[in-house]
Amino acid sequence: MYDLVIILILTALGYFAGSWAEQKHYRSIEKREQAMLKVPVTTMKKIKLPRERIEKACLVTGSAVISVDYFKRLLASLRNIFGGTVASYESLLDRARREALLRMRESAPGASLFLNVRIETSTIGRYSAKRNIASLEAMAYGTAVYLRKKNETHAAPAQP
Amino acid sequence: MTEKQMQNLAGRRKKIVLTNIETIPGRRIVEHFGLVSGSTIRAKHLGRDLMASLKNLVGGELKGYTQLLSESRDQATRRMIRQAEDMGANAIVNVRFSTSSVAQGAAELYAYGTAVRVE
Repeated sequence: MYDLVIILILTALGYFAGSWAEQKHYRSIEKREQAMLKVPVTTMKKIKLPRERIEKACLVTGSAVISVDYFKRLLASLRNIFGGTVASYESLLDRARREALLRMRESAPGASLFLNVRIETSTIGRYSAKRNIASLEAMAYGTAVYLRKKNETHAAPAQP
Repeated sequence: MTEKQMQNLAGRRKKIVLTNIETIPGRRIVEHFGLVSGSTIRAKHLGRDLMASLKNLVGGELKGYTQLLSESRDQATRRMIRQAEDMGANAIVNVRFSTSSVAQGAAELYAYGTAVRVE
């Protein structure tokens, strides 16, 4: 009897706190993505850039570890019986990847573009799978390229 | 990791440039030194683990783990950079990261790339 009550409390806590946290996180993600809309992020390696305009290039990384709440875990374990799309985990992966990507972009504030961006996902520790704790790490990394402004480059060749 | 941190990793005597593409934009590669790699295996902290299992009830970001993993990745990168420095390289191109769980609750973070010298 007590077990059932505890499970119910945890589920309710997971549902309310979890969905509140998720909505808050999504709001912050969308706001920050809007702010960085102008900086292109590509998975391409080679882009023709005028050589004299390139200031520097460096590696940037960003990562985030996100876990699901109790309610979603319950939903996912129910899904394991019937099969099908586990919609409750989709938002988890989406949040982790977008957060990692945003952190990568935020770590290079003056960059003009990002080349060869990769996103890697991994679960932490083998035992997390056994205990059915779905926490995963998303890590984004790429090359930030800094370009000089156009008028600066026009001035540059004039100098001997 | 910000760019400043990256530079701190690279040390003051030589500034090593890292990219994950085959070239360094705006520079020409003059010499190849071959593969360099660095790895580290980290186990989870008991206190952090306890906090994480609590956080698992409500969901959300596990900040302790994010920090732990990025610190260990820094360390792996630093080891890779040291190896490249010993070879006399001044840049590492095509850097890749990989993560694997080797034992219970421990993760290996591995960074590898090609050490080169640029103009």
